[in-house]
Amino acid sequence: MAEPNLVLNNPGSDTTREQDLIARVQRGQTELFYELVRPYERRVYAAALAILRNESDAEDVAQEAMLKALANIRQFRAEARFSTWLIQITVNEALMRRRRERTVVMEGIDDRRDEEGEYTPRDFADWREIPSEALERKEVRQRLADALATLDRKYRDVFVLRDMEQLNIQETSEALGISVASVKTRLLRARLMLRDLLAGGWERGWFSRLPFEKGSKPW
Amino acid sequence: MVDRQELKCEHVWREISNYVEGDVDAGLRAAMDEHFKTCQKCKSVLEGTRNVIELYSDERMIEVPAGFGRRLERRLEQGARARASGWSTWSAWLVPVAALALIAGGVRIASSSTIPHPLQSEHAQPGRDIPPDMLVIVTAGAKDFHAPGCGVIHNKDTERTLTAKEAIQQGYVPCVRCLRKYLETAELGHTSLEIEANTSRDADEEDVRARK
Repeated sequence: MAEPNLVLNNPGSDTTREQDLIARVQRGQTELFYELVRPYERRVYAAALAILRNESDAEDVAQEAMLKALANIRQFRAEARFSTWLIQITVNEALMRRRRERTVVMEGIDDRRDEEGEYTPRDFADWREIPSEALERKEVRQRLADALATLDRKYRDVFVLRDMEQLNIQETSEALGISVASVKTRLLRARLMLRDLLAGGWERGWFSRLPFEKGSKPW
Repeated sequence: MVDRQELKCEHVWREISNYVEGDVDAGLRAAMDEHFKTCQKCKSVLEGTRNVIELYSDERMIEVPAGFGRRLERRLEQGARARASGWSTWSAWLVPVAALALIAGGVRIASSSTIPHPLQSEHAQPGRDIPPDMLVIVTAGAKDFHAPGCGVIHNKDTERTLTAKEAIQQGYVPCVRCLRKYLETAELGHTSLEIEANTSRDADEEDVRARK
């Protein structure tokens, strides 16, 4: 059989375009790889940053992960989403780096402790509306990042992969090497803790009263 | 079917994350819908949980450092050039390693002499249900491969990442702790029992709690 025809059935479709790019890179046109991963570079960086919590490490790991993806592009099978595959490689790299460096000793100790009992919501402030423009403001994003940073790492990892990186439960479980049941338990807790941290503040207008707060590093 | 009268707030909180995921059965969903109509507390927890998910899933939450894309592009170009010139890449040295592993597998040196257990060869078979593309970790001096994040990886400074398929081809066997869910139908040898006895506490406790 001849070389597969690259004329696209639906040239407007992002998915088709992506599949085309993947096929070309797999056949050796590696110079197209950056074009293939560019739509996901932010998510790749965010996944690395969430795990490592250090901007320069995160950037380095994001680059390493992309290189690894390039080296293994032939292993990629079309049944998986490319973005998910990329994120999983990144999570692997970031977890390896974190284990190697063992910088966060306190967290390591905390992680050994399991959840004691159930988590009970503490704040019942009414929080129905979120102004859609709120995220335009740096201090709001900072406040959200700070709240996330207070979570134990086991909860944060799950929350970041599921709710920020949009992996599904199964993919999150595979990426972190924990059971689906654990993903669900930790996700519940992470979401409720963040809600507690943020709900009352939103109601009482913290988010509109923090114009000059000095932010720590996100996550 | 859950009795609507019996549904307590605590029960609702426990399921609220699954509810948002659409991961509760129809009976429970109906009971929770009903509960939210009358319970302001739970309603506010639900709205807040949805807000949390909506806020954090927003692309604007992710900021990359200035010049990130440019630096990435440059590094990828270097990587692509190095690959093209055929040396110093990650996969390049995998070829001889894989070849060696095949030879070693052929004469069965390592495993049969150091781990004299009759189940060893059978144990090396069950990798069937593990997705071949799944990325796994192997380390020097160990015959198991692991999912990243597994708590029983030894010799961490010698870690390498392979796909599950490569790991199996190279003679590694799945870790019975972190890859347990793929091995449920396989017969497990003594290795599994040893490892599970040492390490399964955390995962099991959570599983039990989640089932409750």
